Amino acid sequence: MIPAPFSYVAPTSVDEALAALAEHGDDAKILAGGQSLLPVLRMRLNAPEWVIDLGRIDSLRGVRDAGDHLVIGAMTTHHDVLHDPLVAEHAALITAAATDLADAQVRHRGTFGGSLAHADPAGDLGAPVLALGASFVIAGPSGTRTVPGTEFFVDLFETAIGDDEILTEVHVPKHTGWGAHYEKFVRVAHQWPIVAVAAAVRVEGGTIEHARIGLTNMGSTPLRATAVEEALTGQPLTADAVRAAAQHAADGANPPSDLNGDASYRSHLACVLTARAVLAAGGADG
Amino acid sequence: MTTTATEIGRDRRRKEDQRLITGRTRWTDNMTLPGMLHLAMVRSPFAHARITSIDTSAAAAAPNVVSVVTGAELGEEMGVLINAWPITPDQVAPVHTPMAVDRATFAGEIVAVVVARSAAAARDAAELVDVEYDELPAALDLKEAAADTVLAHPDLGTNKSAYWVFDSAAAGTGGDVEEAIGTARADGIVIEREYRQQRLIPAFMEPRSVVVDPTGEQLTVWSATQIPHILRFAMAATLGIPESKLRVIAPDVGGGFGGKLQTTPEEWLAVVLARRLGKPVKFTETRSESLISGHHGRDQWQKLTLAATKDGTVTGLKVELLADLGSHVSLVGGGVPVLGAFMFNAIYKFPAYHFACQTVLTNKTWTDAYRGAGRPEATFAIERLMDELAAELGVDPLVVREQNWIKHEEFPFTTVAGLEYDSGNYEAATARAKELFGYDELRAEQQRRRDADDPVQLGIGISTFTEMCGLAPSRVLGQLDYGAGGWEHASVRMLATGKVEVITGASAHGQGHETAFSQIVADRLGVAFEDVEVLHGDTQIAAKGLDTYGSRSLVVGGEALVRAADKVIEKARPIAAHLLEASVEDLEFSGGTFSVRGTDAGMAIGEIATAVFAAHNLPDGVEPSLDSDATYDPVNFSFPHGTHLCAVEVDTETGRVRMRSYVCVDDVGNIINPLIVAGQVHGGLVQGIAQALWEEAVYDDSGTLVSGSFVDYLLPTAADTISFEIDHTTTPSTTNTLGTKGVGEAGTIASTPAVVNAVVDAVRHLGVHDIAMPCTPERVWRAIHMSSSAEGADQ
Ligand SMILES: Cc1cc2nc3c(=O)[nH]c(=O)nc-3n(C[C@H](O)[C@H](O)[C@H](O)COP(=O)(O)OP(=O)(O)OC[C@H]3O[C@@H](n4cnc5c(N)ncnc54)[C@H](O)[C@@H]3O)c2cc1C
Repeated sequence: MIPAPFSYVAPTSVDEALAALAEHGDDAKILAGGQSLLPVLRMRLNAPEWVIDLGRIDSLRGVRDAGDHLVIGAMTTHHDVLHDPLVAEHAALITAAATDLADAQVRHRGTFGGSLAHADPAGDLGAPVLALGASFVIAGPSGTRTVPGTEFFVDLFETAIGDDEILTEVHVPKHTGWGAHYEKFVRVAHQWPIVAVAAAVRVEGGTIEHARIGLTNMGSTPLRATAVEEALTGQPLTADAVRAAAQHAADGANPPSDLNGDASYRSHLACVLTARAVLAAGGADG
Repeated sequence: MTTTATEIGRDRRRKEDQRLITGRTRWTDNMTLPGMLHLAMVRSPFAHARITSIDTSAAAAAPNVVSVVTGAELGEEMGVLINAWPITPDQVAPVHTPMAVDRATFAGEIVAVVVARSAAAARDAAELVDVEYDELPAALDLKEAAADTVLAHPDLGTNKSAYWVFDSAAAGTGGDVEEAIGTARADGIVIEREYRQQRLIPAFMEPRSVVVDPTGEQLTVWSATQIPHILRFAMAATLGIPESKLRVIAPDVGGGFGGKLQTTPEEWLAVVLARRLGKPVKFTETRSESLISGHHGRDQWQKLTLAATKDGTVTGLKVELLADLGSHVSLVGGGVPVLGAFMFNAIYKFPAYHFACQTVLTNKTWTDAYRGAGRPEATFAIERLMDELAAELGVDPLVVREQNWIKHEEFPFTTVAGLEYDSGNYEAATARAKELFGYDELRAEQQRRRDADDPVQLGIGISTFTEMCGLAPSRVLGQLDYGAGGWEHASVRMLATGKVEVITGASAHGQGHETAFSQIVADRLGVAFEDVEVLHGDTQIAAKGLDTYGSRSLVVGGEALVRAADKVIEKARPIAAHLLEASVEDLEFSGGTFSVRGTDAGMAIGEIATAVFAAHNLPDGVEPSLDSDATYDPVNFSFPHGTHLCAVEVDTETGRVRMRSYVCVDDVGNIINPLIVAGQVHGGLVQGIAQALWEEAVYDDSGTLVSGSFVDYLLPTAADTISFEIDHTTTPSTTNTLGTKGVGEAGTIASTPAVVNAVVDAVRHLGVHDIAMPCTPERVWRAIHMSSSAEGADQ
């Protein structure tokens, strides 16, 4: 599969990248890990005239501790996120979601920011990031703005990032000491999730004090199951209580229908998987 | 230098693997010839459409484009593709041109070809070819197509291609099935079921690729094909090139599974355009092209009626099949269900059998052989029915099988389908499988989980199987109206240095022929394994052959090899006697050495080869050659068999199936290389399990292949499988010297029904009798929730 011809530029700073974007505007595409963009180009579903590769901008890579939150650079690979001790300690839900994300080859190339910018509703990172209340730092011609998760995800493959903007980093509030679990439902291991549930819970003395729940592939964007979060708060971490609270996981969702299952089956799955995710996050036997 | 006869049965690592695994070898796509041009195909996006106009001017004017051609322009020059197996004299088949002329008949059919100086230029220009279509109604659903509601080829007036029948009463091999069913309806058990064999995609690892060089005296075709010899013959027959002017080479080929047992439009167009332009050309398909336009497999509806007595003795089986041919009758596609016709009775000995198959044309990708070809479908049907019969009777499904199978002491046994099974021991294989599996313990656990209403239920699946391997006795093929024979050719050449060159007409594409055949020859001639080189796949080197499919290479090709090697030994004998100054009668040959009985005088066969090369001192009248060849036509098929047991866990809350354990005990006769056999079994199992759980080629209502990439066509990987426990019993075939039976398809045949039986078994107590393949979580979950009315609140 051969993509249509394009010109290529690899800037070494965000400013240079923004300048290139400003110059080529609509005719340009940003290249991060290429794991979503290259298939699109090779199948000729898109044919930009310019490809702007962020791969040489070192400042976009890495995870740092910023006090009450972590800063994850957009170009940090899935592999590096997965093995990052800060993420494991303060945002274990992201570690959990990165574990079964694609395969080792893809994880070594694909990036945290690329995945979120791509905004595939079946992508594994949207739900955990949304659940943890992350915010997104977007650089553009007139400076930098920060967007909350609720505004970042707009629609299928659509985010708040403008044509002339670049996602530079993601700020993830620390959830130190929370239990976390990502329950991904697939038919074969290398598949994108049919439905997945990201759950982080804070349990004190057998009682759920706080819960954060995100749903993958239950609508055109990642969703947060706030009704379930509220229903769980103050409940004992028991199978019955958690299942009862999870009953409404799919309320208001608008899941797709495809070869792997129709919308009603996905809604059913969301409830079952939410209960399992919460119980596992809390350390209870499912 | 010599080894004692220990090569056969030895776990040799495959000598070809280094180059195959690293890819540093002669794949067709690795070929580059001076001045070579590249092809890109323009394909119809519509399942059925009239082509109203094709504007090639923009493409022709694009940089580095040499030529753009359409079907209308090439006309008769492009020849036609052949159907080598018209299963009935009145078979209806559309003319199969390599490129559509005025009507596209499936989404993916070629409508124009761009020839350019680079692959990228060809692809870019292909985007510029402007084709206008008038969409026509498409025949897509198999049952509807069989009713001729919409015609795939309006000019033919029908979608029904051929109706092929076997009836045991008519053939004299058994009784009348209607009578058996009537009796069973009155006072016995009748099981009626309909099963769907979903459409599958062979999905070989190396996409198809072809390179043609028209510049020499012989036109040379390199192709990633399973069948260089058949390809050469077919091209000669339809492209007007004398066979002697054609050389076909299948260099290293990365898998086929039947998917490369085909003569393809791309091969034809490459030859035609190379000849037209006088330059070498190459075409390598993309994965997407491979999925939409390489032939698919399976795709049948099976309507089954099984008759039995009240005690569970099967008295008859009636099979009514619909088989989807897709857009055209491919090389052997029509014959695939016919191969299955002989296998529905499997290892059982019931007295009445009727098989009828209607092949049907549709506007989908053409179908043809896929690993097992007809036999997996048949085995699935009978093995599912055996479980249903057991459930009806309320007895253990193994007991019903044993009650009905051919007993060890009854071989040779002529079946109700008319085949003579030479050997088999179903008792031994089943006993061993039960033991390895821990059958009784698992049944106990299953009961516990049922009693406890565990959300995770355990299912145990059984499948026995036999298949006809070693395709095939030429006479039988003739009776079935197949267009060729089933013999195989081999030659063995002793070189001057004592090394051995072996040539086989069975063209390997990943099976390990080079290793296994070296082992056979090393033992036979008493030379070192390393001293044997196996050559194949080039019609100039392996002048005769019928290639690799149908688990035939070892059973048929191996026998030819043994015979050729034995002829070499016989040729060497008088020369050895002469050189050792002894009489022929006093010589014995063992461990590669001719020795004079009662003395320590002897001579290795390699030394004789050197002496023959020099030819200074040969007996009078003996030609200076230590080469020989043999062409072997099998007298019968071979009949491997086995018992497979599978345990699955079904999550009743989500419908997800998890494999827990899998045991198979196959009887493939004598084993040349256990490591290769294990590889064949493992790969076969995964492919068969994939039909049960994962793979399906799905078309939408417009005839677009929805599962047109590996995102949606779910090929399993190692991460999705478990460790299989495999073992063997050995009942050698009595019809070939090596006593081998074939193993290429075994795993694929038995594993599909074993897994589906296990899934159904896990939830049968919840009222489920069947789940369509692939048993997706959604299907399993719906089956559970639709049958349990009390719990059906969700839907
Ligand atoms: C075989 C395979 C399996 C996969 N399985 C999974 C899976 O199970 N789960 C999963 O979540 N993902 C999966 N993926 C996708 C993978 O996670 C990709 O890495 C990810 O979706 C895109 O990240 P990338 O860095 O490769 O981005 P790219 O492909 O380079 O870019 C993706 C899109 O985002 C834009 N973009 C990238 N970075 C920025 C930025 N900083 N600012 C603005 N726009 C930007 C690009 O222009 C492009 O439109 C799979 C991919 C493959 C190839």
